[in-house]
Parts: sequence; C-alpha cells; structure tokens
Amino acid sequence: MKSIEELMAIKEKMQSKVSLRNSDAGELRVVVGMATCGIAAGARPVLNAFVEGVNEAGLSDKVMVTQTGCIGICQYEPVVEVYEEGKDKITYVKMTADKAKEVIERHLKGGKPIAEYTIGAATK
Amino acid sequence: MFRIHALICGGTGCTSSGSVRIREALEKEIKEKGLEEEVKIVQTGCFGLCSLGPIMIVYPEGTFYSMVKPEDVPEIVEEHFLKGRPVERLVYHDTGADETAQHAASLSETNFYKKQKRVALRNCGVINPENIDEYIAMDGYFAIAKVLKEMTPDDVIDTLNAAGLRGRGGGGFPTGKKWSFAKASVSDKKYVVCNADEGDPGAFMDRSVLEGDPHAVLEAMTIAGYTIGADEGWIYVRAEYPIAVKRLQIAIEQAREYGLLGKNILGTDFNFDIHIRLGAGAFVCGEETALLTSIEGNRGEPRPRPPFPAVKGLFGKPTIINNVETYANIPQIILKGADWFASMGTETSKGTKVFALGGKITNTGLVEIPMGTTLREIIEEIGGGVPNGKKFKAAQTGGPSGGCIPASLIDTPIDYENLGKIGSMMGSGGLLVMDEDTCMVDLAKFFLEFTVDESCGKCTPCRIGTVRMLEILEKITSGNGEMEDLDKLEELANHIKSSALCGLGQTAPNPVLSTLRYFRDEYIAHIKDKKCPAHVCKKLMQYVIDPDKCRGCSACSRACPVGAISGEIKKPFKIDPSKCIKCGACKATCKFNAIDIQ
Repeated sequence: MKSIEELMAIKEKMQSKVSLRNSDAGELRVVVGMATCGIAAGARPVLNAFVEGVNEAGLSDKVMVTQTGCIGICQYEPVVEVYEEGKDKITYVKMTADKAKEVIERHLKGGKPIAEYTIGAATK
Repeated sequence: MFRIHALICGGTGCTSSGSVRIREALEKEIKEKGLEEEVKIVQTGCFGLCSLGPIMIVYPEGTFYSMVKPEDVPEIVEEHFLKGRPVERLVYHDTGADETAQHAASLSETNFYKKQKRVALRNCGVINPENIDEYIAMDGYFAIAKVLKEMTPDDVIDTLNAAGLRGRGGGGFPTGKKWSFAKASVSDKKYVVCNADEGDPGAFMDRSVLEGDPHAVLEAMTIAGYTIGADEGWIYVRAEYPIAVKRLQIAIEQAREYGLLGKNILGTDFNFDIHIRLGAGAFVCGEETALLTSIEGNRGEPRPRPPFPAVKGLFGKPTIINNVETYANIPQIILKGADWFASMGTETSKGTKVFALGGKITNTGLVEIPMGTTLREIIEEIGGGVPNGKKFKAAQTGGPSGGCIPASLIDTPIDYENLGKIGSMMGSGGLLVMDEDTCMVDLAKFFLEFTVDESCGKCTPCRIGTVRMLEILEKITSGNGEMEDLDKLEELANHIKSSALCGLGQTAPNPVLSTLRYFRDEYIAHIKDKKCPAHVCKKLMQYVIDPDKCRGCSACSRACPVGAISGEIKKPFKIDPSKCIKCGACKATCKFNAIDIQ
C-alpha cells in the first residue's frame, strides 16, 4: 500500500463487515420472527434479504436487523416488525425476500410504510 | 453477508477458562446447522469482565453471554442463532440490579460498562486483533496517515501537550514533553521503545491492549518515530504473555505487508520498523533504564539518571520510552483532536485510565474510566461492590510501588495528584480491593516480600534496606514486635526512598508507609495486644473449641492433619495449641460452628 486512497478503500470495504457490531446504531430496528413457525414459513430468506439489502442500500448505520422468537400470529408468518423511535410499530406479515426488498426501498429508505403488506391489510 | 457476528474473547483470561473449546464447538455446530454463510465467528481481545469468562457477545443485539460451556453451544446455535431466542440462563445478570430486574441483554447497558469510557480499550473485544483490515475499518492507521500528510513533528508534540496526555505507566510524565526532549536531541540514530514489561502483581491492562488491539500500539510508535526522527522501534514484552507476543508478531507482519511499517510508509520518504524483544520476567526491567539495558543484551540493571533516555538511551542514542496504554491513546488524540481528549478528566490529569480490578470485588476485570472518577464509583457501581456482604476496608493502587486508600477516602476523585497526596500512586493501574478479612500488616509484608525478591541488588538501600524492613515486619507479625519498631520502619523507609537508585527501590517502602499512615492501630494491635484483628497472621491467632457448642462428634479431630485435637465422644473436644498448625481444617469441618479464632 502506498497511499491514503488505498487505506480508505480498505476501510470502506471493511466497514460494512464490522458495522454489525455497533449495537447502539439504528434509529430503525427490523425484527424478523424466527421461531419454528417463522422458519417453516420461510423467514430465513427474508431475514437474509434484509441483512443484505440494508447493507447494499448503505443503511447499516441507521437500521439494525435482528431476529426474535414467535410473535404469536403464526398463521401470518413470516412476520417482520419495524420499530422506529417515537412512531408506532409497523408489522408486516406473510413476507418474502422480494417484499423485503420493497420494504427496504420504500419504508426504510423512503420513510413510507407499505400499507398493503401490513397486518392491518391482511386482517381486513 | 453475515447476519450474526458471534464474538468470542480470546484474551488470556478467557483462553484459560476455555474459550478456544467454545470456538471449536461453535464452528462445528454452525457447520452442522448450515449457518456458515449467516453467522461469523470472531475471536477478539479482552472484554473486561474476566471473572465471568469465557465470554461471548452476539451482535447485532449485543447479547452478552457469560461462563459459556462447550455443552451450551448447541443450545445457543439452535435457539438463538436459528430461532432468535437468546438463551436466558446464560445471559449475564447485571450486578447491583435487584432480583426482579431484567437480565442485561446488551453489554453496553450493564452497570459494569455504563460508566466506562473506552479510549485505550476501544477496540478490545470489538475487532479481531489478528486482522489488520478490521483495525483499518475502525479508523486504524488514519492517524499516521494524517501525521505524515498534514502535520510537522512540532504539530504532533503541540497536539499531545494540548491534550495533556501523561505517561500511563505510573510516573505520569507529560508525553509531549518527553517527545520534545528526544526530538531536540541531535543524533544520527534515535529509537522508539514500548514498555510492555507489565510487572505489578494484579495488573494486566497492557497485556489486554496488546492482545486486543496490537495495531494501535504499532501505529502510535510509528507516529513517535516520525515525531522525533527515529526509524527503529523496540517493543519490550514479557515472555509470560505468549498470546500478546503472538498477536504482536502477526500485527507487525501484516503492517509490513501493507507497507505501514518498513520503507517509504504511505508513499512518503519516512521509514520505520519495529522489533520485539522478550523480557524474562524481572520486575526491575519495567524500570526504563533497566529495560533499555536489557534490550541491549545486558543484565537488567538500572543506571542513574540523568542522562535521561531522551538524551542518552538505547545503545547510547536518544530514545523515547512509553508504556503500552500511553501509546494506545495517541492515534485517537491525533484523529479526534487535543480538545476532545482534554475534555475528559480533571484539571491536571486528562483522558481516561485503565484499571485492573482485582481482589475482593464482584466484577473482577478490566475497566477504563475518565480521570476524576471516584473510587466509590469504581468499586460500588462498576465493580459491583464487595462480595459476600463483607465491608470494604481499603483499595491498593500502584502494586508494590503504591499505597492503600482507606474506606474513609473512598470519595477521592482518582487522578495523579490526588493519589499522590494521599500517599498512593496511579502506578500502572492495578486496583486491589480489600475487605475486612485483609490484614494490612500482612499486605505490606506481601508487597515487601515481592520487592525484596525482585530487587536487582545494584544499590545498597534497596538490596539491604528492604530486607531489614521485611525482617521488622516479620517480627511484628509473629508477635515479637516492639513499639520502637514502628519508628525504625519509618526511618528506614524514608532513607530508602531518598537514596535508592531507581524507581523500584524509591517506591518499595510505599506499601509500608501508607499502611502505617492509615492503619497504625493494626500495627499496634499486633505489637501490644499480640493480636491480628483480621485473623490472618497465623502466629497471632489460636483456634479454640467452644465447649458449649461442641457436641463431641470428633469430625474435627479426624480432619486435623497433625493430630492436635483430642477428646472423648459426646464430650467437648480440645485443641492442643503447641501442635496446631492453624490450617483451619477443623473450622471448615465443624457442623456446629463450635470453633472460633482468637
């Protein structure tokens, strides 16, 4: 290595790989239900889609993706909840990896929850 | 892309409690469950809570598992990694919280961490110390880049002076000043030395920095080299720190590979390289002139100062020698600025200090606190208090060179000046907590035994004076002391302090002087009443059987290894004091609490 630019390139490449270890980061928390019911319904690809998508979108400073156990609405799994400070919790149901990408784009990045994927829409 | 990072402590503490086996079990289990793409296992340096090891932290939530066993691993993988349910029974229970309180799910929320401010330890327990890329991700090597591109050597010195950084090895000499002396010395060759010969019993902060963040020390030494005009650095580290040595070697190799050590660093014409020298574990080699003599290949003996190393040091050339923790602060000061650093701490002592908490305290381990934090905060809040409902009696700082702080001074804000004023010293940062069961005379004797052993023998006050002091202490603790002995002790102590050649001898009497100052009544009890109030000094105590409580079961007489207890079954037994070796086996055996110590 002969320049600061090269040093910077390593830092940028590595930063996304260690940012997960900052548990204080994140105004937004995305919680994926990963109990037996969730896993059986396909929560793992959803969780992985969130982890990768958030990182690709450069949101890892702002959004923490984590998992939880059974939320209690097994028929709607995979369930994903989005917590934002000072706002109501948004609960997305019957998620897929593709829907996850949309949520990242429109909700996490754009700030507008996608009403039709939420539990409110599903129980109507 | 990993969704979970499982950090396992690879410091010396957790390694000895079995963290390597945890890592192996984890790797196997994750492979079996097919989670290799989702869970990343990272071996880090010390998290600080060494008594609770092996420690594992799971991100992104920061779930803090303590005392993990290999057989717990399948449950953690199945429940937590796969199903997202942290294994509650292994989650660290915060100290100071009441029974109904929640488990401390995240490390940063615990009382142990809340009051800490991590500067020197910022990467310990966060990055993998064997991976230079992770250090770079945490702004590593950007300080040397800034120094080489934007700062003159004088700028660096000004920054350190403005920051108010003082030597963390114990003396507290202003680092910027030290560097400016070495810079001012004219010579064809200069050296930068890192003192990693951490010898105080109970201190292990330097080891943890080297194990957890070795690149920070390398980077700071390189900055020092640029500042004073040196192209060669030496790290003197004790051979008893094998993990630290190994990680340093790896770090030096990686830095050389990246061109961050060696010729033309970052494309400039600045050259700097670092070597490791292993110390054989002599306490005196932590003294700077003895350390330099040892690097030169000679017997580790101190030499008189002046000339100071900044003028005539290693191989007779101008040298700066700083302690590991001092170096670990420097890249942060360069990057965040002098004002940031000076905003922490007290009027005369800026920044933070790492302490190794040990002795009678709930949370044994490593803590980093802003200067000016009171002893009470360290012991009661961060340390979780004295265990088993015992009373706090005193704290000892500075190891064999320091003194004790009695309970009455627990609200003293810790900084260099305050500790000096009350007859102790910062030292390298060992902080030993003592409860009511500690005999202060015995404690002074313990430290003096250590310095007698470790004295290099070059100067008379230290070689002979400390032995004479120890003899007086032995006389007192065996019940033969006289009141005049106390005056003799003080007189001798003051002579040694003023006439010994190096820091080891000059500070050796401190433990005696400070216990005499605050616990004189205990010395007097040993001399006049022939009693050890804490029941520690064996020659001054006696085991006796309370005839009212003894049921005559004979359990004690069977436990006694020397046959000192006799009696008839169902009648009170008796201990023969002439045979008793005061091992305490009888007291531990008695079910009726009938054996007292007098």
